[in-house]
This record gives sequence, C-alpha cells and structure tokens, in this order.
Amino acid sequence: MSQGHRSGHRHRGRGETSPPPSRERTLVLPGEELPGQGLKPGAGTYRVGGKVYASVLGLLAPKPPFLTVIPLSGRYIPKAGDTVIGVVTDCQTTFWLLDIAAPRWAPLHVTGSPWKVEVGETDQYLRVGDAVVVRVESLEATGRIGVTMLGDGLGKLEGGTIVSVSPARIPRVVGRNGSMVGSITAHTGAEIAVGQNGRIWVGGSPEAIHRTREALRMIDEQGQHRGLTARVESYLTSTDRAGDRGPERAPIESAHRDAIPHELPPLPDVSPDEADGAGPDDSAEY
Amino acid sequence: MGSVGAKDVPVLLTPEGRRIDGRKLDELRPIRIQAGPLHQADGSAFVEWGANKVMAAVYGPREVHPRHLQQNNKAVIQCRYNMAAFSVDERKRPGLDRRSQEISKVIAEAFESVVFAEEYPRTSIDVYIEVLQANAGTRCAGLVAASVALADAGIPMVDLLPAVAVGKVAGQIALDLKKEEDNFGEADLPMALVPQSGRLVLLQMEGHMTPEELSRALDLGVAGCTVIYGKMKQALRDRYATTELAGGAA
Repeated sequence: MSQGHRSGHRHRGRGETSPPPSRERTLVLPGEELPGQGLKPGAGTYRVGGKVYASVLGLLAPKPPFLTVIPLSGRYIPKAGDTVIGVVTDCQTTFWLLDIAAPRWAPLHVTGSPWKVEVGETDQYLRVGDAVVVRVESLEATGRIGVTMLGDGLGKLEGGTIVSVSPARIPRVVGRNGSMVGSITAHTGAEIAVGQNGRIWVGGSPEAIHRTREALRMIDEQGQHRGLTARVESYLTSTDRAGDRGPERAPIESAHRDAIPHELPPLPDVSPDEADGAGPDDSAEY
Repeated sequence: MGSVGAKDVPVLLTPEGRRIDGRKLDELRPIRIQAGPLHQADGSAFVEWGANKVMAAVYGPREVHPRHLQQNNKAVIQCRYNMAAFSVDERKRPGLDRRSQEISKVIAEAFESVVFAEEYPRTSIDVYIEVLQANAGTRCAGLVAASVALADAGIPMVDLLPAVAVGKVAGQIALDLKKEEDNFGEADLPMALVPQSGRLVLLQMEGHMTPEELSRALDLGVAGCTVIYGKMKQALRDRYATTELAGGAA
C-alpha cells in the first residue's frame, strides 16, 4: 500500500499527443475481467471472488480508488441537476407525468410549475404530448425521479421539433464550451435547447430545422470518430445559402424565445469522446 | 407399416463421420452476428446461424405494461419469442402458441439470472425475438441475439449469454443440430452458459440420452458456447470499435 502501487496515471506518460488528459479508453463488454488490482468496483462493474468484472458495455475508466466503466449506450440515467426535455404522458390532479427518456416516468408536481394550478386543472396548463424543459431535482431509491420547472431556462416548449440522440452523445452535441451547438446555430440560424437526456429541441425555419436535424444525425451516428467537428462544419458550410444564414431570416417561433434555455447545460465531468481536437489525423474509419 | 416415413429418413451420418451438411460431430454451423441493426430499439441484434435468421430488439428499462407486473425491488424482464409466418416451409399460424410461450418464458428466466435487475426497480426490460427463418436451434439463436441486444442496450449484466443445442444423431452426440437432424435424431439438448461463472441458465432436453452421453453432450455444448461467446463479443466490438480506435490512436 505505502508503495502506491495502484498507479492510476501510468498511461499518461506514454508520449501521447496533446489532446487532453488521455484516460483509459479500452472498450469492455459485460463479463470481462478488468485490470487494475486494488481498485474498488465502481459504476458499471461488479466484483466476484476478489475480481472485478464489467457489467455494461463501455469504456474502462479507472477513477482511483474506483474502477468504473462509462456506458456507451443505453437509456438516459437521470442525475440530479440535469436539464432534460420531457414529454407529458399523463395529467393527474396535482401532477403531470413526464417521459424524460429515463427508465421511469418523472412526476412534475404543480408546485414545481410556474403556474398556480387548481387541483384537477393540470390539463389546462400542460396536456399529454406537450414538451417541457425541466430540471432533475431528486432521485429516490425507489427509482422515482423528481423534476421541477422552476428555474432559469425551464418551461414549456412551443413550436419547433424534438430530435433524439443517444444520451452518450450529448457531450459531443454540445462540444467543448458549446462549440458544436454554437457552430450549428451560427450556420443554420436555428434555436437549440439541449437536454442531457438525449433530446434536443430545435426551433426556427423549416430549412434550419432540417439542416440541424441532419447535423445532429451525423453526430449521433459518427460521434465516436475523430474530426467530427470538421465534418459537421463541412456539411453545414456545403449547405449554406445566403437565405439560410444568420438572423436576417426571422425565426418562426421568436415569440417563445424566452422559454428556451440560453445557457447550455454544463459539460458532464467525464465525456468519453472529448478528444476532438485532432483534425489532421482524422482517419476516416467510416 | 412405417413405410411412409422410413424411406424418407435421410442419412444423418456417413461412415466417415460426416453429417448431412458435411459437418463433423463437433462442428457448429456458420454464425454471423450483427449488433445494433435497429434504430428505434434501445438495443438490437441480428443473428444468422446456419439457415436460421433471428432479429432481437430490447427496450428499456422503461415503465411496466401492464402495471400489475411491476416489481418494487427490481426490473421485470419480459420476453416475447415469435416465429414469423414465413419462417418455416409450411406457413406457421401467426401468434402465440404453447411452444412460443414456453420459449419466451425460459429465455426470460435465463436473462433474469444474469441481468442486474435490482438497479432499475419498478421498470420493465422488454426483449423481443423475431424468428424470420427457422432451421432448428432458434431458441438458442434467439437467446444469443437477445443477449447481444441487451448489451447493445447498455443493460448491466453478469455476462453475455451464449447458447447452443447439442443432440444425438444416428447414435452419436453432435453439436448444433440442423433441421433434419432435429427431426430425425434421437435427442436435442439446448443450453445457455454464463461464461463468467460456468453456470448453465437454460437447459432443456427432448428425447433420450444415457448419463454418459448427457455428460459428453454438456461438455460439447460448453465448448460450442465458448466459440459463440467469442463471436458475440466480436459483434459488439465491431459496432463500437471505432471508439476504441479513437482512444488507442491518441
């Protein structure tokens, strides 16, 4: 122990090129025994007889003292503080049930809404099928997900359309410091609200929405590739036409801008594919 | 008597020990597995195994329907194994029958013993297995497809679940029976293995075997499962490989 033999950073010194602190990037599958003696089983792993195995498909990420696997697929697993986009699936007397693409529907109580709702009148404010931006407030052991609509950038979404991508791709959709979203909005003139649950609201002209949807589809399908930013950029540039650009074309839903979060959600702590700095060595595996 | 069937029985095993399709006794049919062919599902897989073609899709964990099946401490695993009407040479009457219900049940129970269902209380993990073309061993092919689909869906589990059937053909224990061998053979023994622990989580038998034959069949089946396990892992690696390359290239 005193020797510090659990060298979590041993892979740093291999002379990798600059893009950020390279973490362990090994793909592991359920049932695979994981290297890293002395580390405790963290998320995405389990231990049997002193050995640690992966329980999900993902990337191996030692976070001493834990050994974790970052999932590469699967449904959105809610985290307190996440901003997500939900769709109303049910109106009860004092709450709505929202589908936030998580394992469970999330109840939104009327006290978490900006309105003064009389008992039994929930459907006067939100109806089944309406889309809302909410924040995950609490997670209970029962799996219950508490959400609120009170806060900056939260509220009902009007107009526009919702595009779904894999929740694991959200860091890529946002880009570093919002670079990817910024690039898309700059090219298409669309308005975008990103939910951590993989749902992305897009508003604007039909062309803007179409191009944004295409760009998001590229990110969803090719999110693991290097040089993605350049590819998306080139798609957007190739479809740029004078009429589509910038704010001179008035967005259709401008009346509802205030309901749209302008602040992008914070980047998650660990993003499996943050190393998108490398344009030149884009090896075009696709 | 018996003249109708008797002369139709094909030669299942040549004196040289070759089977009806030229395989040796311990040889599998060719297997191709593709992970993630479907976009609407949370996870999916397509398996071609000999002349079998099976598609599996996994949804969830999600809200339980019907509600009364909900469990307060864990996810329920619901499985539907179904054969397409065109999956066999005579049209199969579509819909649930006793056979498909039984297979759905044993497959769901096999997965219950490997999936960490406690992580998602009050939810359902729905597994759909559609047999598009059948040529014996579809429950194993379905189970393999469903297992890859579950991994593709990011469901936490002990291990992938390779499966294979072993049978008795012309008095010999043979791996991975095809249709004629299944129809005219003496026994059929499908099994599913947890490679991580060596446990069997599905084991059924039709026909007769001596205890010695059974023991040999189990060994042969475990060996077959190991091969299939490798192919299942490769299918998932192929789907997610570029991620690994991106990491390795850094």
